[in-house]
Amino acid sequence: MKTLEPILAEHPFFKNLDKRHLELVVGCAANVRFDAGRFVFREGEPADQFYLIRQGKVAIEISPPQGEPIIMQTLSEGEILGWSWLVPPYHWQFDAQAVELTRAITLDGKCLREKCQEDHGLGYELLSRLVPIIGKSMEAARLQLLDVYGDRAPRS
Amino acid sequence: MVPELRRVKRVKRDTFDTFTLMLEGGGVFLPGQFNMLYAFGVGEVPISLSGDPAETGLLHHTIRDVGAVTRALTRLKRGSQVGVRGPFGSAWPIEACRGKDVVLMAGGIGLAPLRPAIYSLLKERDRYGEIVLLYGARTRQDLLYVEEFERWRGKFGVQVRVTVDSAGRGWKGNVGVVTTLLPRVRFEPAHALTMICGPEVMMRFSILELKSLGMEDSNIYVTLERNMKCAVGFCGHCQFGPAFICKDGPVFSFERVRSIFGVREL
Repeated sequence: MKTLEPILAEHPFFKNLDKRHLELVVGCAANVRFDAGRFVFREGEPADQFYLIRQGKVAIEISPPQGEPIIMQTLSEGEILGWSWLVPPYHWQFDAQAVELTRAITLDGKCLREKCQEDHGLGYELLSRLVPIIGKSMEAARLQLLDVYGDRAPRS
Repeated sequence: MVPELRRVKRVKRDTFDTFTLMLEGGGVFLPGQFNMLYAFGVGEVPISLSGDPAETGLLHHTIRDVGAVTRALTRLKRGSQVGVRGPFGSAWPIEACRGKDVVLMAGGIGLAPLRPAIYSLLKERDRYGEIVLLYGARTRQDLLYVEEFERWRGKFGVQVRVTVDSAGRGWKGNVGVVTTLLPRVRFEPAHALTMICGPEVMMRFSILELKSLGMEDSNIYVTLERNMKCAVGFCGHCQFGPAFICKDGPVFSFERVRSIFGVREL
């Protein structure tokens, strides 16, 4: 049976991960597909997965009280979606919705957490790959907060 | 130094706060240069030329309504008169782009000074490799020249990628800062030249990303803005370290301004 190992090995997130660790990861991976408009996850739900997007686009949204949802970020091919599976209490902080047909590999976060607990080397590898992504995401959020392009457009 | 009188031929509203003033009479200019526009009785402001340098007969200026003078300019109608001095300043390095991939990064109204460079590049499309336009704006309502993107993509093979800082569900494009678009386009950083125009903080982060991809400082060009008054390097209002933005800029090689770029209160 064809496994996801070669695909994961080629993905920038897992590139150069040693074979033993890659095999552990493959055991927690599966293909998924989301049609346009379908939610990948909703705020408050248990965060027991994360996703490597292979094709398509996903919008990360937040819903202000009594307001329409606001898209804060979109993620596309080659990018990683979700890191709440690593942070207690393991609940999603935002909604994620497929903007177009999206294919991804889902990784079972619960399964990975257990494997990381047993093998701290794997835990270190995963964290050292995720932290730069989290850092970039925070940097981008701060830049967006600066509102560098100036005055607010009227909402429409 | 004396403004020349020009008549407004047409006013085109681009966004809720931005419009393009087209002035009769045309004139020769280089991509990246600016004119001083004088709203009579109110004052004078530097405004980048935003049209096609090869177009004779009309001078385009895309203006954002942010102050007293630009507010007065918004009130001009067809046939109104405006004072014009210029063109002034340095130009985008179009000749240096020959044989290279060209990456244009624009933020907000920063697309206006880059548009003449785009027209010039497209006029001789075969001379260049990939042409990439990465454009970030606050919201979809703030995007300029959207009607031209499809032509640039379809007819000239320009990789146009647009992103906004936030959006509602009706928006199917990208959301995020402009630098997030860089991994999504094809170009060879070692054989590319980049022109960036936007708020300084946006240019600073863009430069960091470009350098992390292997781009040399000498192949990165930026535009700078300061309070320009005389536009010919006499008054010193726009002094930036050893340079005057009006005369030595507004387009600079990053290599030239690297040591003072991002210095606070300079």
